[in-house]
Amino acid sequence: MKNKLIPFLIAAAALLVLPLIAQQFGNAWVRIVDIALLYVLLALGLNIVVGYAGLLDLGYVAFYAVGAYMFALLASPHLIETFPAIAAAFPNGLHMPWWAVIPLGAGLAAIAGLLLGAPVLRLRGDYLAIVTLGFGEIIRVFLNNLDAPVNITNGPKGISQIDAIRIFGFDLAKRKEWFGMDIPSVTQYYYLFLALVVFSVVLCYRLQRSRIGRAWMAMREDETAAKAMGINVRNMKLLAFAMGATFGGVSGAMFASFQGFVSPESFALQESIMIVAMVVLGGIGHLPGVILGALLLAALPEVLRYVAGPLQAMTDGRLDAAILRQLMIALAMIGIMLARPRGLWPSPEHGKAAPSPAAAAK
Amino acid sequence: MDILIQQIINGLVLGSMYALVALGYTMVYGIIGLINFAHGEVLMVGALTSWTVVTALKDAGLPGWLLMLLSLICAVVVCAVLNFTIEKVAYRPLRNAPRLAPLITAMGMSLLLQTLAMIIWKPNYKPYPILLPSRPFEVFGAVINTTQILILLLTVVTLAGLMYVVNYTRLGRAMRATAENPRVAGLMGVRPDMVISATFVIGASLAALAGVMYAANYGSVQHTMGFLPGLKAFTAAVFGGIGNLAGAMMGGVLLGVIEALGAGYIGPLTGGVLGSHYQDIFAFIVLILVLTLRPQGLFGERVADRA
Repeated sequence: MKNKLIPFLIAAAALLVLPLIAQQFGNAWVRIVDIALLYVLLALGLNIVVGYAGLLDLGYVAFYAVGAYMFALLASPHLIETFPAIAAAFPNGLHMPWWAVIPLGAGLAAIAGLLLGAPVLRLRGDYLAIVTLGFGEIIRVFLNNLDAPVNITNGPKGISQIDAIRIFGFDLAKRKEWFGMDIPSVTQYYYLFLALVVFSVVLCYRLQRSRIGRAWMAMREDETAAKAMGINVRNMKLLAFAMGATFGGVSGAMFASFQGFVSPESFALQESIMIVAMVVLGGIGHLPGVILGALLLAALPEVLRYVAGPLQAMTDGRLDAAILRQLMIALAMIGIMLARPRGLWPSPEHGKAAPSPAAAAK
Repeated sequence: MDILIQQIINGLVLGSMYALVALGYTMVYGIIGLINFAHGEVLMVGALTSWTVVTALKDAGLPGWLLMLLSLICAVVVCAVLNFTIEKVAYRPLRNAPRLAPLITAMGMSLLLQTLAMIIWKPNYKPYPILLPSRPFEVFGAVINTTQILILLLTVVTLAGLMYVVNYTRLGRAMRATAENPRVAGLMGVRPDMVISATFVIGASLAALAGVMYAANYGSVQHTMGFLPGLKAFTAAVFGGIGNLAGAMMGGVLLGVIEALGAGYIGPLTGGVLGSHYQDIFAFIVLILVLTLRPQGLFGERVADRA
């Protein structure tokens, strides 16, 4: 017990001081870490759907979008400017507190998850992938076009001036002085996101060990056998979709307040693919692997932006930072899969019997 | 009434292109059970190759149809080599890997091709010159131009050729056998690796053809142009029953017509509330409906789950 505690304490301390060190080199670095933490949150949520329940969801970003737009609508001047009735009801402006918006966003995302889950229950594998992909695109098309006839989402222009999160009068957007140290907004968000990630990891870990988690994994391995064991496959699938969606919704709300701005552009299919890639590259269904995958794909390409300057000059402007980032992600997806098809840090295979004749013959 | 006929013509033209791309998806899926996400990108590479050839030779004084034929041949060759290489490098090593691994590789490949195309051809939209006479013909009050007629004709001829190859030649029989069971096919003297390569090459040629048609019909090319047609073609393949060639064709054509009619009539039907910019969601709504009501697709037979 003791020898486990010490590395744990060191890791915790390192995580706590990380932003304080990073901010010495500029807030941009802390920002990268913040975004990476958000991706970890998303990857953890998707891991419930893909990793535990074995349902390949390529439209996960839709739930992220639902959470983000929920927060954006309820904590920005947009609705007030558009609808006089709402302006009359809230004379001081629409500034819903985070403790109301985040559960709402999570709930709405869960409902969206159920809505998606219900019609696709009978599908599995690749068909499911393509339907969820379509669902994600439909949500994006609506976000893009719901500025007419009634301006709800403000279309491609997006919604800006979203409130920052304010916990008991403690505004995360304002810089503070703690113990003689200057703490900018990004660092405060870091601690918020870190707390959320830690909470989620514990939640996922407990979930994995629970009756529900075991039912999901049984379903993933063999649906028919799971049914025969008395697992209600339909409810379990819906639960997986709803739980995964909740994570997406909360991350979305966080993203909206962190950026202060949302637009449909942030919720393109590429994002969904990126999140799936994080889960699969890291090691599907294995929490440390998923976190590793998310950190790797989210942070590494961002870091590369800083070395891209000279390269851009060398290649006549063709290789700029964004292109380089895309190139790196693509190569990582292909390369890692070819080298380690089960992911960088896969879950240990337990209870494996002697290889079946079919597998041995391959 | 004229609008109806016009939209049906537009839908048929669009649907033919979907059908050509859908065939590539359905053949690959039928044989190795992989959604080849990079297939739409092959279409894009075909279109951009053709554009390069056409712009390079535009001062040579060749007649338009010859120029187009030349560029088409180049596009087919480039795409065939490209798809052959992709299969060999990225998919073949993963044939017995966990199911998600090749899918992720295919997505990575799609992203890689898009990025490389952006680097090679730069990200701006490029106008594709008008090579065929653009004087429209009138049919029942609607109009159709030479390019569109050619697209319809070429699609029919290509599809007939493909059906012949798959149903009546040695290669086609080997393909069907491999799709059925690669190991048993191997025991019968078929070389599955070669058959799979051939499938990728044929699929790529069809995608290249569709790419050139796309460029000629819409008059512009860009590195992201393959994504949406690719996605919709996959939808078409699922619509028709994946793994089924005739299904892919019918699925493609039907999807094109549904999309064109939907885009044409959604405005008037909803009193102008929803406009034609919702065109892209019809494909997905059709997909969700089909899969919910008839998961095996229009012409598919119920197959054992591959999950």
